[in-house]
Amino acid sequence: MYRYDEYDQAIVDARVAEFRDQVERRLKNEISEEAFKPLRLMNGLYLQLHAYMLRVAIPYGTVDSRQMRMLAHIARRYDRGYGHFTTRQNIQYNWMKLEEMPDLLADLASVEMHAFQTSGNCIRNISSDQFAAAAADEIADPRPYAELLRQWSTLHPEFSFLPRKFKIAVTGSTIDRAAIKLHDIGLELVQNDAGEIGLKVLVGGGMGRTPMLGHVIRKYLPVADYLSYMEAILRVYNRHGRRDNIYKARIKILVNDLGAAEFARQVEEEWALVKPLGLDPPPSELARIAAHFAPPVLDANAPVEIDQSNPDFANWVTVNTHPHKAPGYAIVTISLKAPGEIPGDASADQMDIIADLAQRYAGDEIRVTHAQNLVLPHVRRADLFDLWQVLVSAGLATANLDRASDIISCPGLDYCTLANARSIPIAQKLAVKLAPQEADLGELKIKVSGCINGCGHHHAGHIGILGVDRKGEENYQLLLGGSGAEDATLAKILGPGFDENGIVAAVEKVIDRYKTLRADPAERFLDTYRRVGAEPFKEAVYG
Amino acid sequence: MPRLLTGNRLETGDVLWWAGSDWSLHLRDAVAVDDEGEALIARQLPQERINDLVLIDVDATPDGWRPRSTRERVRAVGPSVRPDFALPSLPVDAI
Repeated sequence: MYRYDEYDQAIVDARVAEFRDQVERRLKNEISEEAFKPLRLMNGLYLQLHAYMLRVAIPYGTVDSRQMRMLAHIARRYDRGYGHFTTRQNIQYNWMKLEEMPDLLADLASVEMHAFQTSGNCIRNISSDQFAAAAADEIADPRPYAELLRQWSTLHPEFSFLPRKFKIAVTGSTIDRAAIKLHDIGLELVQNDAGEIGLKVLVGGGMGRTPMLGHVIRKYLPVADYLSYMEAILRVYNRHGRRDNIYKARIKILVNDLGAAEFARQVEEEWALVKPLGLDPPPSELARIAAHFAPPVLDANAPVEIDQSNPDFANWVTVNTHPHKAPGYAIVTISLKAPGEIPGDASADQMDIIADLAQRYAGDEIRVTHAQNLVLPHVRRADLFDLWQVLVSAGLATANLDRASDIISCPGLDYCTLANARSIPIAQKLAVKLAPQEADLGELKIKVSGCINGCGHHHAGHIGILGVDRKGEENYQLLLGGSGAEDATLAKILGPGFDENGIVAAVEKVIDRYKTLRADPAERFLDTYRRVGAEPFKEAVYG
Repeated sequence: MPRLLTGNRLETGDVLWWAGSDWSLHLRDAVAVDDEGEALIARQLPQERINDLVLIDVDATPDGWRPRSTRERVRAVGPSVRPDFALPSLPVDAI
């Protein structure tokens, strides 16, 4: 875990004091709402349908038990006893009061957390692989590189008013759990022929209104150069990104308009100017940061074989644990997707329990996943049964990782002022309907968004659902064939939309047809779709 | 068509409905503003205490006002997925 140095803490403390003053002046009517609104948004505070919503940044989705307990405290003290983990690896609270924000942010600052740059046209929270430093398939831990980006981008004066928001993801594995092809910048740690670590750089991916996959503009960038190269990319975007049309302002539009080769040429040209300025830190600084991410001391003799005679436990181990680079350990995913519950929501009590488990069993680390689950990255296999029993008693032992009921859903029209339709009820109904057969279905990623902005990642869903407004009524479009993984593709609309009950029935028809089409029981829905195309599913749904 | 004036309280973000002489948390207390709506907004705006003031279309039903849009029905009741937080303005299933 990275720990704030004196500069980090001073920045955050100063920001809390500044916002306290701004809130007091607003409550006294000394500044107008027009002037105040951008200030509160810079501190992650939105006004949603029912109340203020606060989005708290969780850098690369990593918290320790102390921070998780603070998130629970905030849920209990300032909200209604729960929080919502988001598809940006952050957490949102839905029932905030403006007058309490300064005290809340001071509480957050006491555990080295804040809420700025979770809104606005700036570089947002850096996201990463939730299995970082634990996955057996990893080349190197991406978090030190994400942390350096966090420090570089925090209150960066040149990039605080970009044409549009900007999202960066970093992964250290060829197995892409961070959806790097769907980010403004995606970074993948790679090795050159000499075995030296560098970065593959992708630019121009994104979801939302105009979904696009990112383009590789550098196959190998030496680690020593990457910060100046990031600066060059952002400068080109800041200079040429469109500010006249919000729907054409993301970097993906610029890259598409210029062409990836021309965009890359302009970045290289800019980089030639930026690099001599000395922005890149010395190797010792990256080493200093990396030292904070040293994995916990692992027991090389930890037993691999464990008693799995309890069938529920055995099933949970099969579905919700992942191979760790140390054989006697496992990576545990705690599902926040019990069928019928709200995807990504966790109560304050559950957060406290997870904090206790992390401290006791997992090297005091917890990760938030972009699929709205939580991960304990370093758990001895010999401790899995004890851990599982606690999860069962807390309602957190649902064994459905990457299965049909593990559905991503944005808050939708139940909370969000931008939404056109509710997304959570669709996810709940589908999860309940599909859970009984999900073991047979295997990997199936369903993703639901309540508007075209796509916070529910519907374009990356094997099955995606997009809520729209149709003459004042909620209507849902069905998309098939998307993936946010290393085999990224964009889902395509199947046909006309449906009402709430109709979309659930349509998904069931798609799944029924898949079961008749799959080449063998192991063929995933996505692979069947890619093999046979959309027509058989269109026929199943529309006749 | 009847119109109601609604907004969010500055301090808390609570959804508010114009009830004739003051604001109410409950849709059932709202009064139709009709042609006076724009003038009401013009009087409220300088006070800077209610955010996102807007006039919405509603139907008058035997059970009270029913906002025409799903969005405003959700605002009136609360999240449909958390009936434990529902305000007694409309039944949750009316969303």
